[in-house]
Amino acid sequence: MASTHILSAYDEELKYLTRRISEMGGLAEQMCADAVRALVNSDTALAQKVISDDVILDHAEREIQDKAIVTIAKRQPMAADLREIVGTLRIAADLERVGDLGKNTAKRVIAVQGTGVPRKLARGIEHLSELALVQLKEVLDVFSNRSVQKAEAIRQRDEEIDAMYTSLFRELLTYMMEDPRNITTCTHLLFCAKNIERIGDHATNIAETIYYMATGAQPEGERPKDDTSNTVGAVLTNE
Amino acid sequence: MNMMSEAAVEKALEQKMSDVSHKMIGKDVSVYYGEKRALFDVNLNVRENTVTALIGPSGCGKSTFLRCLNRMNDTIENCRVTGKITLDTDDIYDKEIDVVELRARVGMVFQKPNPFPKSIYENIAYGPRIHGLARNKADMDQVVEASLQRAGLWSEVKDRLHESGTGLSGGQQQRLCIARAVAVSPEVILMDEPCSALDPIATAKVEELIHELRANYTIVIVTHSMQQAARVSQRTAMFHLGQLVEENDTDKMFTNPDDQRTQDYIMGRFG
Repeated sequence: MASTHILSAYDEELKYLTRRISEMGGLAEQMCADAVRALVNSDTALAQKVISDDVILDHAEREIQDKAIVTIAKRQPMAADLREIVGTLRIAADLERVGDLGKNTAKRVIAVQGTGVPRKLARGIEHLSELALVQLKEVLDVFSNRSVQKAEAIRQRDEEIDAMYTSLFRELLTYMMEDPRNITTCTHLLFCAKNIERIGDHATNIAETIYYMATGAQPEGERPKDDTSNTVGAVLTNE
Repeated sequence: MNMMSEAAVEKALEQKMSDVSHKMIGKDVSVYYGEKRALFDVNLNVRENTVTALIGPSGCGKSTFLRCLNRMNDTIENCRVTGKITLDTDDIYDKEIDVVELRARVGMVFQKPNPFPKSIYENIAYGPRIHGLARNKADMDQVVEASLQRAGLWSEVKDRLHESGTGLSGGQQQRLCIARAVAVSPEVILMDEPCSALDPIATAKVEELIHELRANYTIVIVTHSMQQAARVSQRTAMFHLGQLVEENDTDKMFTNPDDQRTQDYIMGRFG
């Protein structure tokens, strides 16, 4: 930021919030990567770590919330400062949800470990999670450098994840149809895929929040969507 | 059903915005105190039935501009005003204008409550009497009651109208001054930091009053409290070094101002 506040303690408070968000982001990212790795490798110990990490993330969100409320009460922020703090609150909530999604994926590791995850499906899930994690990583970078153009670009890219999720959805349905014994595993994997797809949505939310923090305006137009999984069943019954 | 296209809606809104009626129009207003120039070609319009807040750091010219609006600067020696200010269609610096009458139309409330050292009743009755606004005692009683009602002070003072106005609390005195301004049925009320000497409760009462007065009067308020400007006004004008930096809807001004200087000032930053 080009200028500083007359009250240096105010600057410190804002910096603290920004730093905590970056930390939360790093942890959430790590949790999601670990959860997917635990899933494809049936690594229950790693899954357990993800589950316990979520407690730390939840705690961080509450702490950011408390600090933000105190700062608002004490400083009565205006304009960009106000947008900064409100944006921080929203991003903290998004990151907390990302952590929950990682945790939920980790919990399913235990359920699918008996059968293991078929190699082909694991590849699909890994690929989906790579896309989502890239989104998350980049949006956290944008949070640090506040590039409006990049925030906009990330928002446009959610489409890819949606398309990938839809194709994975089809694939899982096909597996279930081939052999009903796959249903248990595939249903869990379906939830995992959905969790990962949701991480992409939260990354997009964060991009929109950053755009608002930087410009004071909401990004224009609908966010692009390519999640057509809600019509996949209909197509299959017609076949 | 024929839905309006988005462009049509926007156009209609723009139309509506340009339809706003301006109670006072300031054009190229400059003020000099002797050799020193205090205001530089300020163009600022005051909207009717709107609270306009003037903000900016000390010495930025906001009070100077406010005082131009009812020619209070006339009372300062060496003060020269150029440019044009109109009230409705009247040029207020025209030679034909009666300044006393102008100040009845454009009333003023000052930073420090300044009731006359007379009774509460007389504080209110003074203006209407010199302007011949009441024909008899009953008329005057009514003006006094109505003015005190408007200023939200009636219930607090109705049983002691003949006690001295200076015996009231600071907040009550300021509302008495507002009642006094209202008593001569002005069209515009100027307020120069009306709450800076008041505690938060008295401030809240005055702010509530400003909110109610807006229905009948046009209000221009100078304030050092950004929160107050944000709370009471619909339009905000930011002054800096004698220039008008930005004038905008208050909601926009305090969430996303256009000018960097406004941004820095309201956020308490320095460049």
